[in-house]
Amino acid sequence: MNDKHGYRSGLVDLRAGEVSREIFVNEHIYAEEQERIFARAWLHVGHESQIPKPGDYFVSSMGEESVILCRDRANRIHVFLNSCRHRGMKVCRYDQGTTAVFTCPYHGWSYGTDGRLVGVPYFREAYHSRLDKEKWGLVEVAQMHNYKGSIWATWDPAAPGFTEYLGDFTRYLDLQLDGWDGREGQAEVLGGIQKWLVPCNWKFPAENFSGDTYHNISHRSVDLAGIGPSGAGRRDMGERDVSRKLHVCIPDRGHQTIHYVLPAGKSPPPAYLNAPIVAEYFRHCEEEKRRLRGEEARLVGAPGEIFPNTALLSRQPRTMAVWHPRSPHQTECWRWFFVDRDAPTEVKHFLRDYYIRYSGPAGMTEQDDMENWNYAHAASRGTIARRYPYNYDQGSGTAVTDYEYQGLRVPGEVIDLTETQSSEQPMRNFYRRWAEFMEADDWSQLATWRASERKAAE
Amino acid sequence: MAERDTRIDRLLLGQEITDFLFREAELLDERRYREWLDLLADDVRYWMPIRRNVKLGDDESEFTRANSDINWFDEGKETLSRRVKQIETGIHWAEEPRSRLSHLVTNVQVQSAEPSLAAAQEVSVTSRFLIYRNRVETETDILVGRREDQLRRNGAGWLLARRKIILDQNVLLSKNLTFFI
Repeated sequence: MNDKHGYRSGLVDLRAGEVSREIFVNEHIYAEEQERIFARAWLHVGHESQIPKPGDYFVSSMGEESVILCRDRANRIHVFLNSCRHRGMKVCRYDQGTTAVFTCPYHGWSYGTDGRLVGVPYFREAYHSRLDKEKWGLVEVAQMHNYKGSIWATWDPAAPGFTEYLGDFTRYLDLQLDGWDGREGQAEVLGGIQKWLVPCNWKFPAENFSGDTYHNISHRSVDLAGIGPSGAGRRDMGERDVSRKLHVCIPDRGHQTIHYVLPAGKSPPPAYLNAPIVAEYFRHCEEEKRRLRGEEARLVGAPGEIFPNTALLSRQPRTMAVWHPRSPHQTECWRWFFVDRDAPTEVKHFLRDYYIRYSGPAGMTEQDDMENWNYAHAASRGTIARRYPYNYDQGSGTAVTDYEYQGLRVPGEVIDLTETQSSEQPMRNFYRRWAEFMEADDWSQLATWRASERKAAE
Repeated sequence: MAERDTRIDRLLLGQEITDFLFREAELLDERRYREWLDLLADDVRYWMPIRRNVKLGDDESEFTRANSDINWFDEGKETLSRRVKQIETGIHWAEEPRSRLSHLVTNVQVQSAEPSLAAAQEVSVTSRFLIYRNRVETETDILVGRREDQLRRNGAGWLLARRKIILDQNVLLSKNLTFFI
C-alpha cells in the first residue's frame, strides 16, 4: 500500500493525517468490507468457559453472519455457519444450550455437533439414498484457534495462524486472559453477554477502543458522579498516576492499545480500599505475578483493539467486546465480562457490580461514548459533510520503533504519552491496516511481515 | 363490628398501590429524580436481567441471575443516586439534551400483602410498562415489559424495596439505558 494515496485515491491519507468520511457512511464500501475484511481476518467468537461440556453451544456472530460455537461429543470445539445447507434456515435460534443435534425447522435436515449431516427426511424415498451426506454438513470456518480459552476463527484458509496474526500483540491479549496473579489462561466469562444496537458504523467503536486518549470531556460527568473501583472517585485505577502511559501499535498487523508500564520495582498503588477482601486479593495477585513473571509484571493493560473488531480492556473493568457490522449505519455491540475463575466469590461479586455500573448500555461510562458514535456518524452522512475528511494528525511522526523503559522492552511503534497526553497513532495504525485489507487481493499481500522476516533470515 | 368484606380491602389496597406507582412514574417523567430517590428504601434492589432465547423447558436460563451474572442493572440506592448525580452534572452527553420520557404503567395487580390486605406492611405487585423515550430530534425508543415490585409501608406512604424489570427484548434495541424503568 502507498501511504500517500491509501485505499483507492486517498480515502485513507496518512501523510496528511486524513481519513475520508466515505469509509464510514458509504454503502458500497461497507459491502466491500464484508468480503475483504470480515471474510479474511481472524474474528473473536467466544470463550471455552461458555461451552464447558460436550453438546454445549453458544450462538455467536462473525461479521454480519450468525455462527454456532459448540463442543462435539468427542470434546472438540467447532465454529459453524448457522444456516442449513438445504434452504438456508438458521439451524439454531437459541442463544445457548446443550444439544445432540441441530435440526432445521424448515425441512428437517439435522446436523451433529461435529457438523455432519446426520438426518435427511425421505433420504431413501425422495433422494433415492443418493445424497452425499459427507458433502452437505454445516459450513465450518476455515481455521479455528483456542487461545488460552478464547475462541477465534477465520473464513480464509490462506490466513496466517492466529498467533502469527497477533504478532507482538500477544502479550496484551495475555493480560486479558491470564490470571491477575500471572498464571496462564485463568479467565472465565461471567454469565450474561450484553448485546445492544448502536446507530453508527462499526469503525467508530473500533477506533475508540484502539486507544482514544483524547476524549476526557466525554467522561467528565461519570468522574464527577464518582463510580471508581473503590466506590467513589475517578472511574478507573490509580496506576495511571505512577506509570509511563504509552500508545503501542503493531504496524504490520493493525492491532493497537493504550498501555501502562510501572517503574522498575514498583507495584500499582492500592485500590479497592472500601473492600478489604478485594484489596487483599489484588495485593496477593500482584505479588504472585511479580514472582512468576518478573519484569513482565510491570505491564498494566488498558483499552486496545485487535484488528478488525475485537476490543480488549484487560485491567478493570475486565471485558472484551466485538463490534458486529449490521449495516453501514448500525453496529451490534457484544460485551463479555471476565474474572479470575478461582477468585473468591466476594471478589467476583464486587467486580461484577463495578463492571455493570461502568460498561455497556447501562454503564455510566460507556453511555456517553455511544452518544458520540451515534451523532458523529449521523452528522457525517450528508453530501457536504462527506467532502471533508476527519483529522488524524495528532502526534504524526513522533512514534519510536521499539521502546524501552527501565529495562522493559516494548516492541512496536510506540508513543510515550506521559508528557504529551494524547496521540492518534493507534487510529492511523488501524486505518493503515484497514486500507491494506481493502486493497490486497489475498493474504500473500497482507502478510507483509513475512518478506522482511525472510530478508532478515538471509 | 361485622367482619369487613375482603373485597373492599383488596380494592382499597389496590388503589393505594396503583396511586403509588403512578406517582412514581410521574416523578420520573417530570425529571424530579431527587423526589424519586426518596421513594426508594435504603436497601432497595433494582434488577433488570438480560433475557436469552432458550429452548422450552430450559426456562431457568432465560434470565441472567441477580447477584452473580452480568445484568442490564443489578444495584442498590448508592449507584442509583450516582446515576441521578450524573444526569445533574449537565454534561452527561447521553442525556444532554435531556430525553422526553413517558412511563405508562398498567395491568397493576397486587399479588400478596403481608400480614393482611387490611393492614398491609409489605406488598408484592406486578405491572406492565410501556416507556416512550424521545430525544434530540427524531431519536425514539419504546420499551415494553413487566415489573415485579416489592413495596414496604413507610408511615402513611410506601417505599420501593425491590424491583425486577423484565424487558421484552433480547438484543437491546436502544443504544443506552440512561433512564429509570
